[in-house]
Amino acid sequence: MSQPNERKRKTASENEQASTEEDNDTKSAPRRKTPARRQSAPAATKSKKAASGIGSSTRGKILVTGAAGALAQHVIALLKENYDVIGVEFRGLQTDYPDTVDYVVDFNQWPFEDVFREHGFMGIIHLGRIRFTQSTRNRRYSANVVGTARLLRLALKYGVEKVVAMSTFHVYGADARNPSLIDEEYPMRAANLMPEVVDAVELENLFNIHLYKNPELNITILRPCNIAGPGINNEISRMLAQPVVPCLFGFSPLMQFIHVEDMADAVVRSFERNHPGVYNVAPDDYVAYQDALQLAGCRRLFLPSVPPALARRSVRALGRYAPPDYLIDFFKYAVIIDGGLFARTFDFTPQHSLADLLGHYRAHK
Amino acid sequence: MRTRQFLKPRTVGRDVDQLVDALPKHNIGTQGYDPWGLNPDTAKITFTAVRWLYQNYFRVQAQGLEHIPGEGRLLIVGNHSGQLPMDGVMVSFAVANKSENARLPRSMIERWFPSVPFLGNWMNSVGGVIGDPKNCGKMLEREESIVVFPEGIRGSGKPYRLRYQLQRFGHGFMHLAMEHNAPIVPVGVVGCEETMPSLVNIKPLARMLGMPYFPLAPLVPLPARVFLNFGKPMHFANDARNERDVEWRVEEVKDAIRDLIDTGIAQRKSIF
Repeated sequence: MSQPNERKRKTASENEQASTEEDNDTKSAPRRKTPARRQSAPAATKSKKAASGIGSSTRGKILVTGAAGALAQHVIALLKENYDVIGVEFRGLQTDYPDTVDYVVDFNQWPFEDVFREHGFMGIIHLGRIRFTQSTRNRRYSANVVGTARLLRLALKYGVEKVVAMSTFHVYGADARNPSLIDEEYPMRAANLMPEVVDAVELENLFNIHLYKNPELNITILRPCNIAGPGINNEISRMLAQPVVPCLFGFSPLMQFIHVEDMADAVVRSFERNHPGVYNVAPDDYVAYQDALQLAGCRRLFLPSVPPALARRSVRALGRYAPPDYLIDFFKYAVIIDGGLFARTFDFTPQHSLADLLGHYRAHK
Repeated sequence: MRTRQFLKPRTVGRDVDQLVDALPKHNIGTQGYDPWGLNPDTAKITFTAVRWLYQNYFRVQAQGLEHIPGEGRLLIVGNHSGQLPMDGVMVSFAVANKSENARLPRSMIERWFPSVPFLGNWMNSVGGVIGDPKNCGKMLEREESIVVFPEGIRGSGKPYRLRYQLQRFGHGFMHLAMEHNAPIVPVGVVGCEETMPSLVNIKPLARMLGMPYFPLAPLVPLPARVFLNFGKPMHFANDARNERDVEWRVEEVKDAIRDLIDTGIAQRKSIF
């Protein structure tokens, strides 16, 4: 282990020099393909001992992907107390990124490796994923699956010791025959039920292969329920923030919500307490969709639910004010996951109640 | 939520309110739902109607309720009949309406119910859950009691000429009982066959509507008297060597249910 690490440190220091020169060069250049370092990141870790910080108070360096997201900002705020954090973002071409983003780089491009060369990461928290409503299916697949495959190859190459990856409960798929309290062994039926979300299932499969093939990466995969709260911009959160929200006539599936701060706590716990595996993350509390809308101060817009083709068409007609039509079954059938294993393994109890969480949306109307 | 808030004070009497409040509800969350969708307020509204049906329409007579323990995991296994799951509703209400050690057993419903607007949500909110072994296993782990009809649609959808003839039992309930060390209380249901006698199953219509069967039967249940006879708890160790062993144990439960059906038929003086 020491030999590759020496090589890594050398490469990182050489690269840091190159990177500084590059930064100077690009001040005048409007666009660049190399990693766009946005601000001065903490210096590379000096030794292997310093790099290995799992479960100890020793500082190590962590790569957090999707660093512009609200969840990542909470995670980074928690991690900064004990670790050096490098935030990387690959989504979109925004003009203004939050301070948590150190690099803007596509995982599929060669310059991404420079970030690994420059910093001796001991851990990766992979939160960056293009959501279902963002971009096309092919683009999502390329960024989420192919990009993550590269991330994992680089993690192996540069001796990363801990990886936490964010998946989603959507991988179970929504179906009338789903049992309640779905546990981690339940098949990921989304690939069969809704091919549009196949990238989420493939992403999980990829991590699962590495989980068993490369145990030295200590991969922990988290499958959270609906994440909501301040700053979150996913489908369900966006809808709760709307004054009028569509719902299907005669359907009010049971749902679970987790507050973004609780989810950030779950991510940090799973990073610090090293128990590799796949875990659902959800509170042991439930609310029907239409009740949630009313608690969030939304007015309901009833859409026809039968025949299914008419329901899909009416959802499509509402555009961004409704979920994408291929996710419509998540608003018809309950997908309740069992977060018990995660709660027991990581001693996790959510601090925010459902009333707190939905009250946030009501207060902002 | 608003519909419940509107209906509850207008329909629910104090006795039903107290009855549901007294039931153990240890899996209910802060918003009044358990993981399977049970909602006590909806249950109260529904029980107001069910109680009238139980006492005045079907005039249910239940014997052997002392065999149902007040707590702990339990499978209540019975014969299925009557096209609609009225037998499950009556068995559940009988146990919830006990003078001592009352509890609300969960009824297994067919897998297509959740796909029907309103009906799926409503059945979940009064205690119905789809008949999935994983669901059953999780509920037993959480010390719930479950009403199971192992005949499934073979029993409920059978024509009147096959009344009180037990159809093939699935083995799933026995595997669950053995794996989770849950006692089985057999129940013989008499009278539900006559609530909705079916002459024939119109299969093409059922296929077209995506239903498991479409009976040629009365449009509303007939007011037949219903007799429920609960037997003594049966315990099965988790030591079956093969499926043949399981089959023998299933036959033991079927024999117990047959005896309880015979008892119910003997008790009945008239159908209506």
